[in-house]
Amino acid sequence: MSQAPAQSDRLIIAGQEYGSRLLVGTGKYKDLAETARAIEASGAQIVTIAVRRTNIGQTPGEPNILDVLPPERYTILPNTAGCYDVDTAVRTCRLARELLDGRNLVKLEVLGDEKTLFPDVVATLAAAEILVKDGFDVMVYTNDDPIMAKRLEELGCVAVMPLAAPIGSGLGIRNPLNILTIVENAKVPVLVDAGVGTASDAAVAMELGCAGVLMNTAIAAARDPVLMASAMRKAIEAGREAFLAGRMAPKRFASASSPLTGLFF
Amino acid sequence: MQIEINGEAAEVEEAIPMAALIATLALTGKRIAVELNGELVPRSRFDRQLLGPGDRVEIIQAVGGG
Repeated sequence: MSQAPAQSDRLIIAGQEYGSRLLVGTGKYKDLAETARAIEASGAQIVTIAVRRTNIGQTPGEPNILDVLPPERYTILPNTAGCYDVDTAVRTCRLARELLDGRNLVKLEVLGDEKTLFPDVVATLAAAEILVKDGFDVMVYTNDDPIMAKRLEELGCVAVMPLAAPIGSGLGIRNPLNILTIVENAKVPVLVDAGVGTASDAAVAMELGCAGVLMNTAIAAARDPVLMASAMRKAIEAGREAFLAGRMAPKRFASASSPLTGLFF
Repeated sequence: MQIEINGEAAEVEEAIPMAALIATLALTGKRIAVELNGELVPRSRFDRQLLGPGDRVEIIQAVGGG
């Protein structure tokens, strides 16, 4: 069991401190029980939810996601999944804020295309501006364009979240140097969001200097989601430690690790 | 009078307050958010918000998502 991170290396988003740098989505699990077990194994403290129509008149006793992941215990991060324009994204955030008793933290995503689920960055900029002015703390899903990431930061987003690869694709970080550039230029936390597939992808994100990683499918679609959640927890911690430790410089040629003196042959 | 709830036609009393509509749907006290004709209706206004014919009500809850 890994130790909790030192007090000095906490993730800070919108003035709130967190021990875990792994953020997890709650979609695509077999059922609520598996969702709860996987989130527990992940150690995540921030979990995303979507907002959708209530099923009127169906199974009145049916538990809600917030029954298994209570807002008192977790930071619930509502997303604007499924929104393809500014108005629906803004409406969704306002409904989510009401749902969560006035909490201002939201994840903004405005999609541009159904096949790739890449963000419509023009609409994302417009929605971010409206939401920030309306007092929301916006964590914004974007592509790996460093210029767009900086624009979103300058609008007042509390965190910038470039994709590794398309949502649910599991392809890992496609453009590591773009992510590195974003990290180097950012004054707000940068979290890789979307496209992570396995533990090494999460570790790579942290080694590039990201503040955290948000993932859903990588855990939910694993053969053993609870075990993968545990792997991801360790990968995030390992990647973060490697980053803080300062890796060796890569060399083109070999550099022997054993002494060249005292040879007896 | 006829209104729309979550995209479905529904028959309700004239000038029913939002709070009463929520109660008939057994959703009082549940974690929901409500829109009337595209505008958010805060919980605090449920008693005072009366519905009219043709109103479109959206009742939203949290679900699992990425």
